[in-house]
Amino acid sequence: MNDMTLMDSTVDTQPTKIAAKNVNVYYGDSHAIKDVNVEIEDKTVTAFIGPSGCGKSTFLRCLNRMNDTIDICRVKGDILLDGEDIYDKRVDPVQLRAKVGMVFQKPNPFPKSIYDNVAYGPRIHGLAKNKAELDEIVEKSLRRGAIWDEVKDRLDAPGTGLSGGQQQRLCIARAVATEPEVLLMDEPCSALDPIATAQVEELIDELRASYSVVIVTHSMQQAARVSQKTAFFHLGNLVEFGPTGQIFTNPEDPRTESYITGRIG
Amino acid sequence: MPTIWLVVLLLALAAAGFYWGRARALSSAGGDARELHSLPSYYGYHVALASFVPAITVLVVWLLAQPLVIENRVSSLIPAEAVPESSTLGLVMSDVRRVAEGLDIAVEQGMLSRKEARDMDTGTQDVRALLGEVGVAVGEDVRPEILSAAQAFRNLAATGKTAMTVVVALLALGGFAWAYARTHKDFRARNVVERGVLALLILAASLAILTTVGIVLSMLFETRNFFTLHSWTDFFFGLTWAPNFRGDSELSILPLLWGTLYISFIALLVAVPVGLFAAIYLSEYASSAVRAFAKPLLEILAGIPTIVYGLFALLTVGPALVDLFGKGGLLGVEWMAGATSVLTAGLVMGVMLIPFVSSLSDDIINAVPQAMRDGSLGLGATKSETVRQVVMPAALPGIVGAILLAASRAIGETMIVVMGAGAIAKFSANPLESMTTITTRIVSQLTGDTDFASPETLVAFALGLSLFVLTLGLNVLALYIVRKYREQYD
Repeated sequence: MNDMTLMDSTVDTQPTKIAAKNVNVYYGDSHAIKDVNVEIEDKTVTAFIGPSGCGKSTFLRCLNRMNDTIDICRVKGDILLDGEDIYDKRVDPVQLRAKVGMVFQKPNPFPKSIYDNVAYGPRIHGLAKNKAELDEIVEKSLRRGAIWDEVKDRLDAPGTGLSGGQQQRLCIARAVATEPEVLLMDEPCSALDPIATAQVEELIDELRASYSVVIVTHSMQQAARVSQKTAFFHLGNLVEFGPTGQIFTNPEDPRTESYITGRIG
Repeated sequence: MPTIWLVVLLLALAAAGFYWGRARALSSAGGDARELHSLPSYYGYHVALASFVPAITVLVVWLLAQPLVIENRVSSLIPAEAVPESSTLGLVMSDVRRVAEGLDIAVEQGMLSRKEARDMDTGTQDVRALLGEVGVAVGEDVRPEILSAAQAFRNLAATGKTAMTVVVALLALGGFAWAYARTHKDFRARNVVERGVLALLILAASLAILTTVGIVLSMLFETRNFFTLHSWTDFFFGLTWAPNFRGDSELSILPLLWGTLYISFIALLVAVPVGLFAAIYLSEYASSAVRAFAKPLLEILAGIPTIVYGLFALLTVGPALVDLFGKGGLLGVEWMAGATSVLTAGLVMGVMLIPFVSSLSDDIINAVPQAMRDGSLGLGATKSETVRQVVMPAALPGIVGAILLAASRAIGETMIVVMGAGAIAKFSANPLESMTTITTRIVSQLTGDTDFASPETLVAFALGLSLFVLTLGLNVLALYIVRKYREQYD
């Protein structure tokens, strides 16, 4: 921890958005996450990297309590969002997920029109007073998702009819529409081709201006391209966390170096 | 020689063929199975199939065709004058068959020699008494035409049987020799046996289809007979169902169709909400422990025979409804006279359909990808919002298909309506009155003393065909919708 404070002082820092303290996650008997401590900053892209099965997706899903939907999953430790414990009994996970949006590995538009896909969140949370406001939210979100120009003439077409890259940007627009404070992305580009990936990466960089973004990725190049902070997970442990440039050029832990240079993973 | 021995002989030949074919293949490869194109047993199967399959096919076809041919030939021997006024050719032919059968037994028991049986005539012997002694009762004295026809019958049958045995045996031996000669280490026995298996599978599939076609054709034939006796406008557009076995009946399907659809509607009104909600609970909310316990329990309902449901309708639900709506009932109204009513049958049929709707819907809801639910939950939707706005719309086409399948079962259901719905054909919107359905009328038109030349009986076939067309249409529609839905996520 001391090292980290040292490093933090050397780069320009943002206030902490999410702080995880001594987080342990169990799936039944298996111990998936071991004593993870991490501080995720506001208006920053934080990348989680690590080999398959290292627990990075599991940890990501703890941040908006999506693991609650899995019966055998237990979470121990504290996760604070703006200083409040999200696993406190008084916190409604449904409200939490409106604040901490999520984009999934595989594009998963609902079998509804493009408009209804984006309007889904605002409708549920009553964000728009009337149709005009809802139209405005939908347009703004689609613009933020960098897909407005491609779909503005066919908002009534089904979202499932779009190409893979378009679907994923639609899902990002859908997540953005509920005005979240944090956006979690679980390998958002793994099902996309390089061109669509480039578009989504560009989008992530733009989203940084308004949100704290956490992205899980298998691609180290992607982590290097889009993130400011990087966390390396291995076998359920958080091995190293620091500024992306430092992790990729001058890692402290030998395991990080081995992974980045391709010796493990 | 009885036919069964022929079959046993064929099986024995096939078994011998298996071993000899195998042995020949092995010896052609010098005893080294790796030299062979196929595994040794394939060569065995090849010889066994070649000796057994063509022979048994011919045997079966022969057994089916021979009685028809003999019948035809013998009935042409009977002069038209020999058929009495009050009788038909069919009845005379059945006499001929009985006499022929009696002679067979008499020969078997040694009371007659083969020659005596062939040469006997009514002038010198009392055939009726003789047949009576061997236990075959004939209604009247055997007339000379019938006796000679019976003797011709026996002759033809005997010749036919000998010919059959020879042909089948030759075919079996021929097949055996042909396959045995072809057995060599380079022969591709595996591929040939594979094709034989394929033919077997095709045969099974076409048998199922042919049966359906046969049922439809026989219904069509009888329905055509019905429409030559009764006007089709009355059947399809008349308003009254009043069969009268003295003739001049009014036989319209419309009142029956009304009763059928009304009862099915009430059944679906019960089954669809209950079944669907049960499916939603089981697939979305229930823990796996509850599901493991509740799902089989629900499916027990589907295993109850419909006659038991019928009893339940007649003896429990009906009287309970009378206690509620009948004279001196709890509600103090006098709306219901007897236990049988549309509501009785509809409620019980609805209970019967609950597991049908719920297990089909459960499968369909489970087929909605988890990613849809995650996407919705990740946006801050609650579980019920997710179910209502994402899972249900995605599953809707499949659920509509499930409901249509349930509807077609409701329309075709018989036992519950026979016992619970009553027997009065009428148009009425009152669910507390008894009404009748198409299936109930088919049962009542065909049971008891029936004359298959009267429209009152034949109408059952027209009703059956209409029912078949109706449920077939619903099933096709349901399958079409379900299939269209399936393509969405592939």
